[in-house]
Amino acid sequence: MSNAASSRNISQRGTPPGLRFFSYAVLALAIMWLDQRGGWLDTARFGLSAVAYPLRIALESPISAWEWTRDNFAERAALQNENFELRERVRALELLAMRRADLERENRALRNLQTSSADVAQKWMSARIIATDNSRARQRYTVDRGAVHQIVKGQTVIAGGGLAGQALRVGPWSTEIILLSDPEHAVPVQIARTGQRTLALGTGREGELTLPLLPLQTDIREGDLLVTSGLGGVFPAGYPVATVSRVRRDGASPLAQVDAKMTAALDRDRLVAFIWFDTAHPSAPAEAARAVEPPR
Amino acid sequence: MIGATVRSRLILSTLAAFALQVVPLPWWLAVVRPPLAVITVIFWSLIAPRIGGIGLGFLVGLALDVYRGVIFGQHALALSFVAYVAIRQHLIVRNKTMFEQALFAGGLLFAFEAITWAVDGWTGHATGGWTRWLPVVTGALIWPLTAGWQASENRARR
Repeated sequence: MSNAASSRNISQRGTPPGLRFFSYAVLALAIMWLDQRGGWLDTARFGLSAVAYPLRIALESPISAWEWTRDNFAERAALQNENFELRERVRALELLAMRRADLERENRALRNLQTSSADVAQKWMSARIIATDNSRARQRYTVDRGAVHQIVKGQTVIAGGGLAGQALRVGPWSTEIILLSDPEHAVPVQIARTGQRTLALGTGREGELTLPLLPLQTDIREGDLLVTSGLGGVFPAGYPVATVSRVRRDGASPLAQVDAKMTAALDRDRLVAFIWFDTAHPSAPAEAARAVEPPR
Repeated sequence: MIGATVRSRLILSTLAAFALQVVPLPWWLAVVRPPLAVITVIFWSLIAPRIGGIGLGFLVGLALDVYRGVIFGQHALALSFVAYVAIRQHLIVRNKTMFEQALFAGGLLFAFEAITWAVDGWTGHATGGWTRWLPVVTGALIWPLTAGWQASENRARR
């Protein structure tokens, strides 16, 4: 009895917990309200992500150490094999590049273009994935390049084989990228075979997209390649996005149900690349290239 | 003197739990990973309610917001609530059996997930599927593992 009474006295010392909780809750709600309206909290987030960066590196270090060890003890034969395969690929790509240069010359002559037909991507920078967030169906990566490397919000991110996503939150030394497969992401695409345009939405499952806006009679089959259409002002046109993996048409819905697999291989290596593109290029994102005339 | 060592153990264990909660894992492990930072906040709110307090929950929540929140203050609000309830009930819950404690912890983990879920929805973000609720179950299941830790903390503070 006396024990309980003294404990209660101790726990009731100072501000009552109800009042303290109330003030913390009000503070949290105020922060949320300010963050939702955007503005100065972005600066706070920028600073805090700088503080969190050493922690991220520390958390990543066991994985890096494991990879380093594995690479060091990888068998000589395996490395030689890999080396051989890479050399074969370089040879194949060199052939493609030669053919492409030839085609470009021909194309320029045919269209009588004055502008040089350089690549829409002027510059690229590779970045290492240092954290992944796949909780709550989210598909986000954090990579080790940030504002000091001139990364900007909305910048195009590619990974081996195709488009991967865009920069979402840029910190000083790290950037959170949102993948195409995130349920909050949509990318304007074009069916390469027919030229029809639509939107590809993320599903929250790794590497899977869905095309919910195609009418039932659309000409689309399994294996069709989807490329960026260049609309929407974020991604340049012509980058491979996904291949159609399943088309379902049932009479119950006026729309076809189409699933697609991203072409970017994100599980193969832990590298992505940021792209800087030439805004004057015809393949540059529409809004970046020229302002759209307002309708009269 | 004792307060100082308890405080250092609190800070170290919270940092370790936070690191384990955010360290990248393959998705099939990540979906069942128990929310260790939340469990640690519940633990210290029950064992030493006056050392961490609601502020501990708020700070750990803010750290989670920086790490993976869709909006600032989301996890801070949820964890402040968790810490508040645990502190209010610590005298009762501390003397319960492990099974009842695990139920209590599971309830708090559910409240934590429900608050962040509601904030996700209200702010117009994706709320995730049913896998979101798996950590509530795994978290409650591993709560009895804190029994030895609770006993050693209680011995140290006697």
